[in-house]
Amino acid sequence: MIAIEFDEVSKSYDGQTVLENFNMVVRQGEMKIILGGSGSGKSTILKMVLGLVKPDTGTVFVNGQNIGRSTEDELMGLRREIGMVFQEGALFDSLTVGENVAYRLLEDKSASEKEIEETVMRLLTFVGLAHAVDKMPSELSGGMRRRVAIARAVVGNPSILLYDEPTAGLDPITSRTICELVIHLRDLRNVSSIFVTHDLAAASTLASELAVASDDGQVEFRPEGQEFCLVNTRFVMLKDGRTLFEGTDEMLKSEQDEYIREFVT
Amino acid sequence: MNFFYKPLVEIQEFSLLSVQAIGNIALKPRYLADTLVQMDIVGVGSLLIVVLTGFFTGGVLALQTSSSLKAFGAVHLTGQLVSLSLIKELGPVLTALMIAGRVGSGIASELGSMVVTEQIDAMRALGTDPTKKLVTPRIVACTTMVPLLTVISDLFGLIGGWLVSFYALRLNSSLYWSTAVRSIDHTNALEGLIKPIFFGFIVGMVGCYFGLRTRGGTRGVGQSTTQSVVTASILVIVSDFFLSKILLELR
Repeated sequence: MIAIEFDEVSKSYDGQTVLENFNMVVRQGEMKIILGGSGSGKSTILKMVLGLVKPDTGTVFVNGQNIGRSTEDELMGLRREIGMVFQEGALFDSLTVGENVAYRLLEDKSASEKEIEETVMRLLTFVGLAHAVDKMPSELSGGMRRRVAIARAVVGNPSILLYDEPTAGLDPITSRTICELVIHLRDLRNVSSIFVTHDLAAASTLASELAVASDDGQVEFRPEGQEFCLVNTRFVMLKDGRTLFEGTDEMLKSEQDEYIREFVT
Repeated sequence: MNFFYKPLVEIQEFSLLSVQAIGNIALKPRYLADTLVQMDIVGVGSLLIVVLTGFFTGGVLALQTSSSLKAFGAVHLTGQLVSLSLIKELGPVLTALMIAGRVGSGIASELGSMVVTEQIDAMRALGTDPTKKLVTPRIVACTTMVPLLTVISDLFGLIGGWLVSFYALRLNSSLYWSTAVRSIDHTNALEGLIKPIFFGFIVGMVGCYFGLRTRGGTRGVGQSTTQSVVTASILVIVSDFFLSKILLELR
C-alpha cells in the first residue's frame, strides 16, 4: 500500500525553483532517507506531505488523499495520521514536557485525564525521558528536546512519521539514541517515514541496522547481514530540486556521480 | 509596480486574517480558557499603566486648560472640558496607544518567536488551526478589554482633573463634578465606548498579523514587534478621525 506519493511535483518561491518534476513513492512501513545540500528542497517535501505547502504543479497523495485539492479542514484531519519531528524539536516553550506530549490528546478532548497521563508517561518512557515530565523545554538539552518531539509526534499512533534533520548538531551518542527510536518505529510499528538529513553517520545507521523484538519484549538492534536483509529503507538524493539518485545504501556508496561522491565521502 | 503591489497584498492578507479570526468565533473548537488567559493579560495586566495614563492626563488637562478658561471667565467649566475631552477623545486614544505598546508588541513578539522556532508549523502539524487557537482569543480579549480599560482610564482621568482643580486651582468640588457629569450625555458616552471596540480590534489584529508574518530569526521578531506598535498606533489615530467623523454624522 502506498502511503505517500509525489507525482511530477514542482514548487518555486519568488521565482526560485525549489522542486522540479519530483517523483517519490513511500510504501507502508518504508523509510526514505532524503539527502541533499541546503536549499535543495528537502524541508519543502516534508511540508508538502503535511499540506503546509501546496505544489505549484503535480500532485501529492498522502494515504490516498490529494493534498493540492484538500481544504484546510480536510488537511487538519489528515495531519492527525502524520507525526512530524522538527529540526530543533519545535516544542511549545510555554508548556511543560508532559503538556507538549499530551497536546494532541488535550486538543481532541477524547481521552480522560487518567488516560492522557498514562499515554504521556508511556511515550516519555519510550524515549527515556519519564523523569522530565514536569520540566520546561528550556531546561532540556538539544537531544532531549528532539526525543520529546518524537514522543509528541507518535501520540495517536500515526501511520506516517516525518523527520526534519532530528540528529543535526547532536553528539554521536545522542544521535545514536535518536536513530534507535526511529528504527524501532519503522521496524516494529510499521510506520512509513521520510527522514531528511545531512548527517551521513545517522543515515548509515538507519540503512544498516534493524530492530528485532524478543519474546520477552526486549528490543535489540542488529546489523543487516546474512541473517537479516534491510529492504524497507532507501536513499533519495536531491540536487537543485531534482532527484539525482534513488536506491539502497550499497548503491549510493558505489555511485560514480561526482556530486554524490563528494557528498558521501 | 512592486511599490503598489506589496501594500495591496499586505492589505489583502490582513483582511483575510481578520475575516478568518472573526469567523472563528462562531466555529468550534472554541478556546475559552485561552481567551480568559488573554483577557487577564490584556485587562488586568494593563490596569496600572491605564490608570496612571488616565489620571495624569486628566490632571494635566485641568492644569493647562484652566488658564485659558480663566481668560474667558469660564474656569467653572473645567470639569466639563476635562470630562468631554477624556471621554470622547483622549481616553479611548491614549488607552489604545498604551495597549498597542504593551499588549500589541507582546502579541507580535510572542507569535513571531513561535513562527521562527517552527512552533506554528508544529501546531498545524498537530492538527490545530493557529488562527483559532492563537489569533481569535487575542482579538476577543483586546476587543472586550480595551473598552473596559478605557472606562477605567476615563474615571481616573476625571479624578486626576478633580484633584488638580480642587487643590491647585481652588475650584469647588461639587461644581467640578456637576459640570463633568452633566456634560456626559448618551451620545458622548456611546462614542467613548464604540471607539475603543475598534481600537482594541486594530491593536490585536495588527499584533497577530505582524507576529505571524515574521521571517528571519530573532532580528525578524524585533522588526515585527516594532512594526506592530508603529502600525497599530498610526491606525488608531487615523481610524479615530474617521470614526469621529462617522459618529458625528450619525448624531
